[in-house]
Amino acid sequence: MRAGDALRRTLLVVALPAVLLTAWWVLSASSTNIYAPPLSQIVEQFRLVWLEGGRFTADVLPSLGRLAAGYALAVALGVGLGVALGSSRTARQVFEPLLELFRAVPAPVLIPVLILLTGIGTTQKVLVIASGCIWPVLLNTVEGVRATDGVLSDTCRSYGITGSARLRHLVLRSASPQIVTGMRQALSIAVILMVISEMFASDNGIGYAVLDFQRSFAIPEMWSGILLLGVLGVLLSLLFRVFEGRVLGWYAGLRRAQRDG
Amino acid sequence: MSATVAEPRAGGVAPPVRRRRAPAARSVALGAAGLLGFALLLEVVPRVGLVDRASLPPTSEILRALVDELGVPAFWTALGETMRAWALGLAIASVAAVLVGLVLGSVAGLRAATASTVEFLRPIPSVALIPLAVLLYGTDIRSTLLLVVYACFWQVLVQVVSGVADVDPVAADTARSYGLGPLARIRYVVWPTALPYVMTGLRLAAAVALVLAITVELITGAPGLGSEIALAQSGGAVALTYALVLVTGLIGVVVNLAFRAVERRALSWHPSVRGEVVT
Repeated sequence: MRAGDALRRTLLVVALPAVLLTAWWVLSASSTNIYAPPLSQIVEQFRLVWLEGGRFTADVLPSLGRLAAGYALAVALGVGLGVALGSSRTARQVFEPLLELFRAVPAPVLIPVLILLTGIGTTQKVLVIASGCIWPVLLNTVEGVRATDGVLSDTCRSYGITGSARLRHLVLRSASPQIVTGMRQALSIAVILMVISEMFASDNGIGYAVLDFQRSFAIPEMWSGILLLGVLGVLLSLLFRVFEGRVLGWYAGLRRAQRDG
Repeated sequence: MSATVAEPRAGGVAPPVRRRRAPAARSVALGAAGLLGFALLLEVVPRVGLVDRASLPPTSEILRALVDELGVPAFWTALGETMRAWALGLAIASVAAVLVGLVLGSVAGLRAATASTVEFLRPIPSVALIPLAVLLYGTDIRSTLLLVVYACFWQVLVQVVSGVADVDPVAADTARSYGLGPLARIRYVVWPTALPYVMTGLRLAAAVALVLAITVELITGAPGLGSEIALAQSGGAVALTYALVLVTGLIGVVVNLAFRAVERRALSWHPSVRGEVVT
């Protein structure tokens, strides 16, 4: 029964993707449409371009480096500002309209602006990524900090827990489920901005490579780049799920305990 | 879940309670002070030479460029192009996602079988498709639409599916015992339950659609605000670049406020909105 159940579940997860991939493979096998080359050719190019060609160190690694830098910057700033804004009502009131306006500016249009301010280069790309993915982190942190349990907060005060100890053990801890939610949303935005920042005024990176292939009509290569970005997006979201399980394990346990009474 | 991003809007709606008046006024005053302070800062910083004026003009110059631009017909054409792509893309994606979501959510086996595929397709960055769109449609509006629809579809679909899953089993069974057909059940049981989720999905998708529309224009040069910004920047019209960026921000704010208002109207019967007015 157990084994049958597990088998059924695996089947549910794998079946449709397998069917779709097979359909793509079979339907495209004899394709002569230059825009939709056979999947076998795309996979072959994937190996040639990204794994064996020099592209991995020339394009993928710089992309990932900028992604990591921009994301880390956004999380650090977002949590820092979020804690400050979340703890002060006046600060929230002063900055709320300003932040609403900034948040509404699509991050990609900051690319031309940041080119004016910092020139073309790594700094500009990292800042584009950071400026786009700071918002979910910031807003969720503000909400999380605001929702700190009053009793816990009073208890901390009675025990004389203040300063950094209070921040670490009370404020950040109780806001962490929301902060992680914000970080998850920020991650997918970061990937998108990584690609966009490389498509505009750039000479390396995955986004640059994909656009370059398209401009030189290297269609299977272009498709392999799209495939790579898809795989990257999925891998990062899986990686984040592992991280979330580790960081918020206590929270999931708490919720379970509360539910079971 | 995306619904957990509750934006900090302390004085968003001023409820008709006397005691609340004063804090709301205070909140507006403080917010205005924040905006004004930032504008002043941007005016002073380039003037005293902290940042080169050629890369960051003072606020007054940006505003002047904005006012000048409002008189240029090309600006309104570009704005119209962007908003057309936004509205069309959002509409197509929403209708498709709601229909697909209702089907996936209502048929138990279908939902389980498609979950992994949805989870796989969703994190694929939509912008990866930009080269493909350019290849297929060039700088045509269809290029922009492809991207906008792809990005918004998942946003709404995930919300609809979780909304449909939230249907009260007792209500569903009651409707069945009373002999409501499948369509009537969707109309009277599933739809009201899913509506709050759909509304959240629409609001998020509206913002995403705007970002995507402007981004595609920026990168591919399809006519619209995005390509106007790229043109202004490469042509050295620095103040105008900033002015256009400001415009995109203002559109974003307006879209967000409008969808919030629609959400409140459409859900005026729902406890989450009714509770907001009472307290």
